[in-house]
Amino acid sequence: MLDKSSAVPVKSGMQRTRSAVRQPRRTRHWHEYALAVMFLAPSILLFGIFLFYPLIKSVYLSVHSTTPRGDVAKFIGLRNFEKLFDSGHFLNSLWVTFEFMLFTVPTSIVLALILAAICRTHLRGTKVFRFIFSLPLAISVSTGSVIWMVLFHPTLGTLNYLLQAAGLPAVQWLTDPNWSLISISIMTIWMNLGFLFILLLGGMEGVPEDIYESAKMDGAGPMRTFVQLTLPLISPTIFFASVTSMIGAFQSFGQIHILTKGGPMNSTNVLVYNLYQDAFVNFRFGSGSAQALVLFVLILILTIIQFKFGEKKVHYQ
Amino acid sequence: MRPNIMRTGLAYLMLAAAAILILFPFWTALSNSLMTESESATYPPKFFPTSLNLDNFASVMASIPIIRFIVNSFVTSGIITIGNLITASMAAYAFAFLRFPGRKLLFALFMATMMIPWEVTVIPNYLTVRSWGWLDSYAGLTVPFLATAFGTFLMRQFFMQLPKELMEAARIDGCGHIRIFASLAVPLAMPGLATLGVYSFLNHWNMYLWPLLITNTENMRTVQIGISMLQFAEMTAWNLVMAGIVLVLVPSLLMLAIGLGRLVGGLTTGALKG
Repeated sequence: MLDKSSAVPVKSGMQRTRSAVRQPRRTRHWHEYALAVMFLAPSILLFGIFLFYPLIKSVYLSVHSTTPRGDVAKFIGLRNFEKLFDSGHFLNSLWVTFEFMLFTVPTSIVLALILAAICRTHLRGTKVFRFIFSLPLAISVSTGSVIWMVLFHPTLGTLNYLLQAAGLPAVQWLTDPNWSLISISIMTIWMNLGFLFILLLGGMEGVPEDIYESAKMDGAGPMRTFVQLTLPLISPTIFFASVTSMIGAFQSFGQIHILTKGGPMNSTNVLVYNLYQDAFVNFRFGSGSAQALVLFVLILILTIIQFKFGEKKVHYQ
Repeated sequence: MRPNIMRTGLAYLMLAAAAILILFPFWTALSNSLMTESESATYPPKFFPTSLNLDNFASVMASIPIIRFIVNSFVTSGIITIGNLITASMAAYAFAFLRFPGRKLLFALFMATMMIPWEVTVIPNYLTVRSWGWLDSYAGLTVPFLATAFGTFLMRQFFMQLPKELMEAARIDGCGHIRIFASLAVPLAMPGLATLGVYSFLNHWNMYLWPLLITNTENMRTVQIGISMLQFAEMTAWNLVMAGIVLVLVPSLLMLAIGLGRLVGGLTTGALKG
């Protein structure tokens, strides 16, 4: 940035020295405005059409009933929302999403933290392990889901074979309502581990080496160094990782669409899957939009809470 | 000395256990892709193929247009990536170096868009794209994603780290903003562009919901949709399904191997230390 104080461009023109001499101030400014418009136009145009307009359109659609083609039929006020919150179906979907977040986010962050902490040390061969742990980054939700579908298979799958080999009863991973969400969570944790590992490792490597050295000289063991030094120092990264993971959990769709279709008995019917069903299978765009807005508000609240309360405990260097 | 050895041993044990757990699904895909159909459908499941059976790759390519899917995904993610690099670096330059009224407000607005989950806008966007006749087209797959607030933020971070003196010097030499942008700022922010490029490519390569909604013909399907449909069509022939998975994984793994270093350094410096 050339000068930070320039909220009012005319004033800052007087403060500037060398570069402003060449042209009269007024034309320079117009020139700069025009340039700014040119540089920002593509982004603003695209955001306008594909982000802001849809947001407003969602509000509009949510207070109307729609035809299956997506045309607005009639203004119905808040009836779409009332219906959503009156039906146990939508509340269940909210609960499932919350449970899914609870199953996946803390587990994957703790796992990634442990692996990153070990890989940060100078043990031999950590390079190989780093590559292995980041491999799930290459997995997309569909490839991951199809692979796990094979692993989860009730009779031929490897997981049940291993369970039985260990003398445990087989589990109906995807068809038992008590297990289905856990199964989806296991697959999701595996899939997200690569990204979280990379992110947290990056954070740990950002801590200057001499801090670790001096801790070592003070006789602190690796456990104490990790808890008292590493964790507080990388708390901004952990904070960022947990926000993005929580939002990611709220947006999950692909693994549910491929593995369980929201079932059995709606036990994996997360918010976005329910929205998809409503809007694109049953063609109720009004009700779908109402759900989209609920999703929007939830994620907004989540972000604000995280920033308000998370930020205070976060240690910035 | 002794607790040290124990600790090291424990660390290796944990690393090895984690590595096995993480690699196991990959191994399942790879080993099944090399098995014959009867081998892959036996119980107890086999962990190793008895021979290197490469026929599966040929038969999966013959039975579904998997190459076409891969090409579609490449074109889609390629266009989006290039678009993101252009729109983000332009907008970031404006926010970093140009002075205009309402700059702070506009930047805040850009950042606020990051809080709008894409799923929230999916219904109106679907209706828009359909009304323009863009279903089953590259335009429909790419145009909605060409601008990125995250990319703008990332590039702005990189631009602001450039030495101020350099910019001033260029200005004194009479360089206009367009020239500074094209021949100074962008080349110097190459690491940032590379980070954004890798991030954006991988992200859109893995897109699922949007292509599912707007592509109906087999010709326009992306890899992600194609591969999940394979599973329904060939339910029992796991060896073929897994051969398809391996074919799809190869490009992503290559990209990961090339871009990993870029991603680690770039995302953390750009996104977190600003």
